[in-house]
Amino acid sequence: LSATPEISKEDGRPKWDNKFQYILSCIGFAVGLGNVWRFPYLCQIHGGGAFLIPYFIALLFEGIPLLHLELALGQYLRKGSIGAWNTISPYLGGVGVGSWVVSVLVSLYYNTVLTWVMWYFINSFQEPLPWSVCPLNENRTGFNEECYESTAVNYFWYRKTLNITPDIAESGKLQWWLILCLATCWAIVYLCTIRGIETTGKAIYVTAIFPYLVLTIFLIQGLTLPGATDGLIYLFTPNLNTLKNPRVWLDAATQIFFSLSLAFGGLIAFASYNPTKNDCEKDAVTVAIVNSMTSLYASIPVFSVLGFKATTAYWDCLDRNIINIINEFDLPEESIMRQNYTSWISFLNSSYPEKIAGLKLKSCDLQEFLDQSVSGTGLAFIVFTQAIILMPSSQAWAILFFIMLFSLGLSSMFGNIEGVLTPLLELQIIPKSAPKELLSGIICLVSFLIALSFTLGSGSYWIDIFDRYAGSVPLLVIAFFEVIGVAYIYKIKRFSKDVEWMTGRKLNLYWQIAWRFISPLLLLIVFVAFVTLQLQKPPSYTAWNPKYEGFPMKEEKVYPPWVQAICVLLAALPCVCVPLVALFHLVKQKRRSKDPSLVPPEVFSCQGANS
Amino acid sequence: YAWDANEEYLFKAMVAFAMRRYSSKSTTQISNVLLCNVTDRVSFWFVVTDSSKNVTTVPGSEVEAAIRMNRNRINNAFLLSDQTLQFLKITSTLSPPVEPSTPVWLIVFGVVLCLIVAGIVFLIVSGIQKHKKKNKESTERENLEEKVEVTLENGIPCEALDLKAGHINGVFAADDERFTSL
Repeated sequence: LSATPEISKEDGRPKWDNKFQYILSCIGFAVGLGNVWRFPYLCQIHGGGAFLIPYFIALLFEGIPLLHLELALGQYLRKGSIGAWNTISPYLGGVGVGSWVVSVLVSLYYNTVLTWVMWYFINSFQEPLPWSVCPLNENRTGFNEECYESTAVNYFWYRKTLNITPDIAESGKLQWWLILCLATCWAIVYLCTIRGIETTGKAIYVTAIFPYLVLTIFLIQGLTLPGATDGLIYLFTPNLNTLKNPRVWLDAATQIFFSLSLAFGGLIAFASYNPTKNDCEKDAVTVAIVNSMTSLYASIPVFSVLGFKATTAYWDCLDRNIINIINEFDLPEESIMRQNYTSWISFLNSSYPEKIAGLKLKSCDLQEFLDQSVSGTGLAFIVFTQAIILMPSSQAWAILFFIMLFSLGLSSMFGNIEGVLTPLLELQIIPKSAPKELLSGIICLVSFLIALSFTLGSGSYWIDIFDRYAGSVPLLVIAFFEVIGVAYIYKIKRFSKDVEWMTGRKLNLYWQIAWRFISPLLLLIVFVAFVTLQLQKPPSYTAWNPKYEGFPMKEEKVYPPWVQAICVLLAALPCVCVPLVALFHLVKQKRRSKDPSLVPPEVFSCQGANS
Repeated sequence: YAWDANEEYLFKAMVAFAMRRYSSKSTTQISNVLLCNVTDRVSFWFVVTDSSKNVTTVPGSEVEAAIRMNRNRINNAFLLSDQTLQFLKITSTLSPPVEPSTPVWLIVFGVVLCLIVAGIVFLIVSGIQKHKKKNKESTERENLEEKVEVTLENGIPCEALDLKAGHINGVFAADDERFTSL
């Protein structure tokens, strides 16, 4: 089962140019869009600085052990996910297949998110930015109604980019501009992964390092904006009461897990190209810590900008009220300023309460604006784009921001594609004489054709579904079986010896305890809690419907049954691979043991020696 | 600037100018424009009278149309804009945003796509060239080895041995050099 690794040195397996490339690839894979638009949101809603406590506990007991496990596994067995798990035990081959299926599903929808980023990027070269102004209606007397009722930014996102349908059952048409961008994105992915790690290793230098540069630039710019300090104080003020809510611990555990891109098989693939005598323990700790530090580092500019946006919105609200009051009472211009607004309001309220009530002034509260928390695509494409309009020289900021998002997503795509490509190369789907470029081309082409369905009008609803169901529960299940498989089927003693052989020093007791007890237990708890929470209410989504009475609020709708069936299928498909493959091997074994004549004749050496 | 009687005079002049341009009869005088209820906020009501007919006011729609036609001139006279000089009930005709003949994003998209396609073509071609070079090298090496093999075997090719029945004796099969001529 464990072939002596010395032979494999000359097995012609591609390898990294240097260690830095490997570390950078792992970091690039782990650091993705979630570090920018999910972690700050979680920090915000779960009590600011207090969220870091469950976050670091989860990192220590779940993130780092699982990461170390995957890297050590890939490095020792020198195979992709399917081959590695087949080597551990044929009954566990399903774990590898499950990882592969998840990588396929995630690659499909992840690149469509990058398509949206690319669309915004190529639209950032205009003056004024297209999401800053509403288009006019037909007779040019006013603005387009849908745009006027919501905001220009919302209109550009929902209408001009997605051209979204009001319901998931209505598919709408294929949006040709999204198809062009999708083709470009898959072409970029093909360009970078054309020869596997030979090409991604070069591309990763740019895509992994560039986001840090841009984050630093945004940090400097963000801190100079008015209202940035409000945002930062709001973000980091710890509210320890939130720790009593189990939801917070669950979110911390899932965030660590998904942020490190575990159980995709991509990390195993990356590590398999390493020389075997490599310190995987140090690598794992490095990658995990860099990932978490990046999340923290990214949340600073994000929250400076959000604080700036909230302050500007607050000032706008105040100004609107001031204009209304001045018009109503015919006061001279600039008599009411933002600073003395509250004293004026109290004075006027006491003297002319009916007039003030008649004006229907909106109450302006900075806290309320800061409380509007958004995560995910809403943060990037609605909130941030709105903030960028308010900054000086918005085009430059927009271009920088979207290139950064694109690099973050692209380096994660490399890991996903590697997780798909490496097992296929080992299974020798195409003959060995065919070039590697052909296989990566086929993968990119097929993925592009399937992903065309995400460019329909209802595409973004489907991407939400994929994100919620294909990219969450199956990973937990696969990771659980990974840890159990290594700890109890491959046996910890054997694995410790393998890791010692690779790193050159004895395995710390912490790893053994974590792999044997803590991580599987944590994973089980997280899985059960996660599924329970999902099942508590029927799965619903929010739809953008201009004809809804509460427009511009989004309409809450329930998924129709056929969509719910697809959700279950997406979540179950990778998980069900694990028992299916085990069953398949069990049946094969039983059949073989029943019929000994079926044993194929082998060539025996040294038989009939002296003929 | 402060709003005083001179500014009011200018305003009356502008309204008279607008009425003259709109109806293209030069009978409207500054004295035809009357302001009332001037407040500190700088807001007021105004009417335009028609001196040809006896002290009647020009209908509001006409005044609105006249002002709408000359809004730009009026704004510029006071160094104000549509937002800062507001005529109640006169909505401004909005100018459409400038649209170039080809949308800018298509141009950027074209540039990006060309770069990527060039990159892919370059990588594929270099890959094919490397492959051909490797093939040429390995066929040269094979030719050399074949020659050596044939002489060692004394003209007996290896394949003939495999087709004979019986087991291949590992001990003898491993040592190719020790074949003696039969």
